Amino acid sequence: MPHYWIPNSSRKVRQEMLRETGVNDIEEFFKDIPEQLRLKRELRVGFGRPLLEHEARRKFLEILSKNKFTGFADTHRVFLGGGVCVHYVPSVVKAIVSRAEFYTAYTPYQPEINQGILQAFFEYQSLMAELYGVDIVNASMYNVSTAAAEAVRMALRVKRGRKRILIASSAHPEIKEVIRTWVKGLNARLEEIPYGREDGELDINALHSKLSNDVAAVYVESPNFFGIIERKLCDIIELAHDVGGLAIVNANPLSLGIFKAPGDLGADIVVGDAQPLGVGLNYGGPSAGILGIQDRRELLRQLPGRLVGMTKTVDGSENGFMLILQTREQHIRRERATSNITTNSGLEAIAAAVYVSLLGAKGLRRLGEALLGRTTYFLETLRKRSVEATPLFEKGLYFREVTISFKGKDAKDVVSQLERHGIYVGPPLSRFYDAMHDCSLLCLTELHSKEDIDELVSKLALVLGGEAR
Amino acid sequence: MKYRQARWDEPLIFELAPNQDRETFQLGDDYFAKLGKEVLAEVARNIVREEDPNIPNLSEPEVVRHYTRLTQMSYGIDVGVVPLGSCTMKYNPKVCEDLANDDRITYAHPYMSEEHLQGLLEILYTLQEWLAELTGMDICSLHPPAGAAGELAGVLIIREHLQDKGYTYKDEILIPESAHGTNPASAAMAGFKVVRIPTDERGNTDLNALKAAVSERTAGIMLTNPSTLGLFEEKITEISDLIHSKGGLLYYDGANLNGILGIARPGDMGFDIIHLNLHKTFAAPHGGGGPGAGALCVKRELADYMPKPLVRREGGRYYLDYNVRKSIGRITWFYGNIVPAMKSFIYLMMLGPKVREVAEVAVLNTNYFMKKIKELPGVDLIYGRERWRKHEVVISFEGLHRKTGVSAEDVAKALLDRGIHAPTIYFPLTVPEAHMVELTESESKETIDEVISAYKDIVRQAYEDPNKLKEAPRNTSVGRLDALRANHPRTLVPTYKYVKRNVGR
Repeated sequence: MPHYWIPNSSRKVRQEMLRETGVNDIEEFFKDIPEQLRLKRELRVGFGRPLLEHEARRKFLEILSKNKFTGFADTHRVFLGGGVCVHYVPSVVKAIVSRAEFYTAYTPYQPEINQGILQAFFEYQSLMAELYGVDIVNASMYNVSTAAAEAVRMALRVKRGRKRILIASSAHPEIKEVIRTWVKGLNARLEEIPYGREDGELDINALHSKLSNDVAAVYVESPNFFGIIERKLCDIIELAHDVGGLAIVNANPLSLGIFKAPGDLGADIVVGDAQPLGVGLNYGGPSAGILGIQDRRELLRQLPGRLVGMTKTVDGSENGFMLILQTREQHIRRERATSNITTNSGLEAIAAAVYVSLLGAKGLRRLGEALLGRTTYFLETLRKRSVEATPLFEKGLYFREVTISFKGKDAKDVVSQLERHGIYVGPPLSRFYDAMHDCSLLCLTELHSKEDIDELVSKLALVLGGEAR
Repeated sequence: MKYRQARWDEPLIFELAPNQDRETFQLGDDYFAKLGKEVLAEVARNIVREEDPNIPNLSEPEVVRHYTRLTQMSYGIDVGVVPLGSCTMKYNPKVCEDLANDDRITYAHPYMSEEHLQGLLEILYTLQEWLAELTGMDICSLHPPAGAAGELAGVLIIREHLQDKGYTYKDEILIPESAHGTNPASAAMAGFKVVRIPTDERGNTDLNALKAAVSERTAGIMLTNPSTLGLFEEKITEISDLIHSKGGLLYYDGANLNGILGIARPGDMGFDIIHLNLHKTFAAPHGGGGPGAGALCVKRELADYMPKPLVRREGGRYYLDYNVRKSIGRITWFYGNIVPAMKSFIYLMMLGPKVREVAEVAVLNTNYFMKKIKELPGVDLIYGRERWRKHEVVISFEGLHRKTGVSAEDVAKALLDRGIHAPTIYFPLTVPEAHMVELTESESKETIDEVISAYKDIVRQAYEDPNKLKEAPRNTSVGRLDALRANHPRTLVPTYKYVKRNVGR
C-alpha cells in the first residue's frame, strides 16, 4: 500500500522500477526465503489500520494523558532524587539539538562532509575535560552506569592480573548492579567498602585494610548515592595509587563548578552523567555517559568508545576533525576490541556541550553555589520548624540530594502521603536497603524556589509532625 | 549534481571571544547562591574549586550562532541521501520528533510512582507487544540502550542459561566472518571464545565449515539475516537444527531487519534471542552517533533471564516487574532509552499492519541499484552474483583499483563532492575495496538514479583522469583530512588542552 513516507511505493513507480530491474513481481526478490518461513498474513501491529498524522497525534496524546504527572508545570513539586533530578532544559539547548543536520546525521564516518558535528563532539570532549580535570574524554557512553561499568572493565585490562575491584558501598545501587552485570564474563571480584555512619563518607580505615596489590581499581562517587560529598577524595585516590591500583571517580558535573575536579585530585578515570546538563530526565534515558582519562598510554589504549581528534587537511592548509584511534573499536578489532560500543549518545553530548557553553564557567559556579545553598536552606528550615525528620548523616556535606530519616516512620508510607498532597519525594530507600525502611532521598534543584522548599517543609511537617508555618 | 557545503572558518568555542567576560545564561539565583557561597567558605579548602575551569563565558546569541554554523557544516538524512550499509538511514518523521519532545516525557523522573505514569508505561508495553509480533518472539524488553548493549544482554543470557543446564564447557560462539564487528566483541565481553565461519560463494554461511566447527563446546551462533552482504541465509533452517541439536542457542542481530520486515520473522527461523535497533528499522534518528535504543526479545523458555525490570501489564495496570527469577541483572540503570522508543511507537502506529511496504520498497530500491551498478567496468559483487539482495548490497571496486589506482575511499570522497554521503566503506572485511550500500524505502527513484549516475561519472573519471579523484573532496567544508597526523601519538589532539600545549611547543 502506497505511503507518503515511501516515495517509490506508488504503483506506477514500482512497476517502472520492477521493469527496469527485469522482474515481473516483487515476490521474485524473496524467493530465496524458504516457503515455510514466508509470512502469509498481515502483522498485528498498530491500531488495526495505518493512522493519519492527526489521528496518531490524538491517539498518542490520549494515551499519554493517562499520566497524572503533567510535565514542566509540575516540576516545582518534584523533589525526587536517586542519581537524577529535575533540572531545567534551556530553550537554546532544545533548539540546537532539534536542528535536523545534527539529529538526522549518522556517526561521522565521512569527516569532510560532517565537520560541524565533529567539531561539536570535539568541543564536548574538551569542555568535559576542563570540567573534570582530565586530558581526554571520549565522545560519550550511553550513560553514567555503563560508563562506570566500562571504566571498571578498562581498569581490569590496564592492570592485567589484578582481579579485585573495590566499590564504595555508598555508590548508586543501580550502578553497582550494572557493573556486576558487565563484568560477568571476566574473572573479577567486586568488594564493597562501607561508609561512615555519621558523615556518610567512605570509611578510609576500611578501605585501607582492604587494599592490596591485587586491587585493579577503587570506584567512588562524589556526591555519592546519599547526596554526600566525599571530602577525603584526595586520600582515597592516594591510597588506591599506593597499592598500584587505579582510582575511578564518578562526579556530578554540576558539582564541579564549585568543588575540585576529580582529575585534578589525581583520579585516573573519571565518569559522570550528562543528564543535568540540559539533557532532561526522559524517564531515565537517553542521557550521555561522560568517560575521561589522564594522558597515559596504557589508559588511552584501553579507552572504549569513539574519540574525535583535531588534525589538518592532507595539504596542511586547514584544520579539521575526524574520528581517531579507531583500531580500538569493534568494527576493526572485532573480538579484541576494547568494547562492543558503537552507537553512543552523540546528541546528548552535543546538548551537554551547548549547555556548558551557554552557562560558561561563571554560570556553572553560580548554579553550583545555588544548589549547595538549597540543601543547606532546606535542612535549616527543617530543623527550625522542628519537623520530625533529620538528615540520616548528621555530619555529612550534602549537595543537591539529601538522605532524610523519618525516625522510624515507614518511608514508603510518608512518600505516598506526600504524593496525595501533590508533592513528589523519593525514592524511599527500602527500595534498595531493607534496613533503611524509614529513609528517603530528596532532591533540590534550581527549579525549586524558596517558596517551593517552604511548602515542601510544611507538607513534611503536616505528615510527620512539626510546625506547619 | 552541484553541491557546495557551507565553509565557515568557525573558531573553537574556546576561541570565539577570547579574553571577553560576558554575562552568561543564569540558572543560579542570588539568594541561594549567596547562601551556598557562605557554606563553601566553611568547607575544607582542599575540596573547593579555587580556579574556574577553562570554559568561556559567552552571551546567548554567540552560542546559538556558533552551533548553528556547525549544523550548516553537517550532513544528515534531511539534507540528502545517506546510503550507509547496515545503518538503515531512513527518514525520521517529524511528527515523531514533535510528539516525543513532550514535556511529560522530558521531565518524567524514573523514580516517580507507576500510578503517575500509566500513559508512558502503556506506550512502552504496547511497543514491546508490537515488536514481539514483528519478530515472532514471545517477550520483548526495551531495556538495552543500544544494539550493542542488547547483544551483551543476549550473550549473557546464553551464558547463564547454559550454566544452569550444567553446560559449563560450552565456551564457543560461532560467528560468520561477514558479521558486524559488534558480534565478536559482545561474545568476547561475555567471556566466550569466537570461532569464525567463512562465507560460501553464494554468500551463505558455509554449511560444511559450520558443520566442521560445531562441537560440544558450541554455546551458540550469532547471525544477522539478511547478512551484511544483503543476502538471505538460504539454509537457515538447517543451521538452526544443527545448533539446537548440540544444545546451542541462536542469536539474531537485528541491524538488518529492514529487508524482511513483515516478510519473514527471526522467531519463525528458529532464533532464540534477538536484538533490534529502534534507531534503524523503526525510524528513530541516529543523532550523529546516538542515542539509540535496542530492544531485546526472547522465546518463552528464556524469559526468566531477561534484564530487570520488565514493563508488564496486569488487569489494565502497567508496572515495572523486578521479579525476574534468573535475570542476568541490569545492563543499564533505569529502563532503557525511552525517547527513541516513543518515536518508534508513533512510526509503527502510522504504518500499522502495512509495515511490509517498507521492506518491499527497500528491497526494490537496492536491487534496482544493484542491477545498474554491477554493469560498471571494474565493479564486482564477489558473492552471490546472480542472487537478489534484500536491504543492502556490497560492491567491490577491486578491479577498478587494480586498473586505475582509484580506491574505494577515493570513490567515496568523490561521492561527497556530488552531495551524496558515501556508503559504508571497507566493510565487510571479506570484500576487498568494498562499498556497502543501503538505499532505504525513503529514497525516490530520482535520488537513486542520481546516485547511480554519480557512480558512473566517478568510474569514468577513474579511467580517464585518476589523479583528479585523489584530490576529492573539494566541495565539502574541508578537503581530505590527514588521518596519519590525526592518529599519530606525537600529533594527537583529542581535546583543546592539546591545542594549547602544541602552541607552546
